[in-house]
Amino acid sequence: MQYTLMEQARKRRNRENLVGYAFMLPSLIFFIGFVIFPMGMALVTSFTDYSMTTFNFVGFNNYLRAFKDPVFLKSTWNTIIIVLVSVPVVTLFSLWVASVVYKMSNLSSSFFRIVFYLPIVTGTVAVTVVWKWIFNNYYGLLNYVFKELGVISRNINWLGDPRYALACIITILLTTSIGQPIVLYVSALANVDPSLVEAGEVDGATNMQVFWKIKWPQIMPTTLYILVITTINSFQCFALIQLLTSGGPNNATNTIMYNIYYHAYKLNEYGYGNAMGILLALLIAVFSFIQFRLAKTDNE
Amino acid sequence: MQTTVQRTTPYRVFAIVLLLALVVFFAFPLYWIITGSFKDAQTINSAVPQWFPTNPTTDNYARLFNRPAFTWLWNTIFICAMSMLLTCITATMAGYAIAKKQFAGRAVIFSIFIMAMALPKQVILIPLLKEMSFLGLHNTLWAVIFPTVGWPFGVFLMKQFSENIPGSILEATRIDGAGEVQTFIQIVLPMVAPGIGALAIFTFISAWNDYFLQLLMLNSRFTFTISLGIATLQQEMSTDFGLIMAGAAVAAIPIVAVFLLFQRFFTRGITMGAVKG
Repeated sequence: MQYTLMEQARKRRNRENLVGYAFMLPSLIFFIGFVIFPMGMALVTSFTDYSMTTFNFVGFNNYLRAFKDPVFLKSTWNTIIIVLVSVPVVTLFSLWVASVVYKMSNLSSSFFRIVFYLPIVTGTVAVTVVWKWIFNNYYGLLNYVFKELGVISRNINWLGDPRYALACIITILLTTSIGQPIVLYVSALANVDPSLVEAGEVDGATNMQVFWKIKWPQIMPTTLYILVITTINSFQCFALIQLLTSGGPNNATNTIMYNIYYHAYKLNEYGYGNAMGILLALLIAVFSFIQFRLAKTDNE
Repeated sequence: MQTTVQRTTPYRVFAIVLLLALVVFFAFPLYWIITGSFKDAQTINSAVPQWFPTNPTTDNYARLFNRPAFTWLWNTIFICAMSMLLTCITATMAGYAIAKKQFAGRAVIFSIFIMAMALPKQVILIPLLKEMSFLGLHNTLWAVIFPTVGWPFGVFLMKQFSENIPGSILEATRIDGAGEVQTFIQIVLPMVAPGIGALAIFTFISAWNDYFLQLLMLNSRFTFTISLGIATLQQEMSTDFGLIMAGAAVAAIPIVAVFLLFQRFFTRGITMGAVKG
């Protein structure tokens, strides 16, 4: 009797394993084949001089080369500037928009969320080409408007001038980054326990106090999520660069992602490109880790 | 919903005015694409911009579709639809298994999925490119579809939705003698349908806009997507803004329409993907 019960339990467990993996199989094929395998390949080839003609193990040479490569260092610096500007601006700005919008009627709240989401849905390429036109030295709308308003006296070549190019890129990046955080914050603010807010109001707390003391801690997980996804997105800024400036003028807008693309795709230096990719992944991991730590200490 | 009426404070008035100004700023690029696509060459290149086309012309569109823009559009739709279909099937099955099946290694597999999601997607693109050449898929639409399907976000999302299926219902169906496949189709699918809707629309929109992947994998005029097509137009004829805007309009309008039609599902997908993450 005892024996058969155990036998049954074992059979049932085997069956559960079999069924579980049967349901997992299609997904695992794609995941292992087109995510895990290339990830492993990226790591392995980062230690080789893999190119069109060569494939030799070179140890840490690619990594050492990266740390001495002025273009890589410049592109890393630019990437970090983009992240340090866009992450706080996106987070605070979307929090502000959400705090104004979330108590509105469903219709107007949807309207605002949709409008701020438009640049993302419109698509990077479509958004980029129209901005390239707006920023154009001769035919651009921006120079015309600024001259009419008396802000500038002569046309400025926005994307061709190292003083302005990166700022222009960051501006466009911001417009394509805040849609999702706004949606997340609106839903998080709507889920804040109303009894806590009422209790605070009864005790005579001001709007500001209610916001920072009661709502802010409750939406902390959302804030953390937004920080992480915005960091990852900003680190990966590529299409804007490739389409607007190709990293120029004089590497003023070069980013790690663009640099990887340039080395791997234009110069066929796959090994070096992959090593820079691994460094980028590490850099993102470090930033995410710092954010988690900050968010934790903030909560305690 | 809260019933408290908003008091009209000076701050509130200021906030709404600022918000409306931002609305203009955010909607403007799309407006400029659409109006620009109907302007003739002379208007486009004049020093004084015309805010609204007074002599609208469809010449830009005629020139656009003389290049194989229909092919580009068709390629894009094919990529998006196939990615959507395959992602929904694989992710719904896997999400259900991770949420409800006690198979060995479940926790480990799920953590690998999560970790992969945190890594920058672009890092794997170069090895992916080599892999696709090896498989003979480079410069085919499948080279864009397969990596999109492999991305673990869908599994994560569908796991969140599947967790809400009560175990008692599954148990009851099992006792009634229903097989695994029957349970999945008749019980699980209807219960996670909103999740599938969210995932479908989410996948469709992100596949439409995944420019980098398309750029690496597709390199002939006949496999181009609409995004690649416009990017090339821009490189070849950088100041023919009318033509470029017509291309941008053709790329943007279908996907904006899809978004507006299904935005309810979409919003739910974004929030569900984040809440417990």
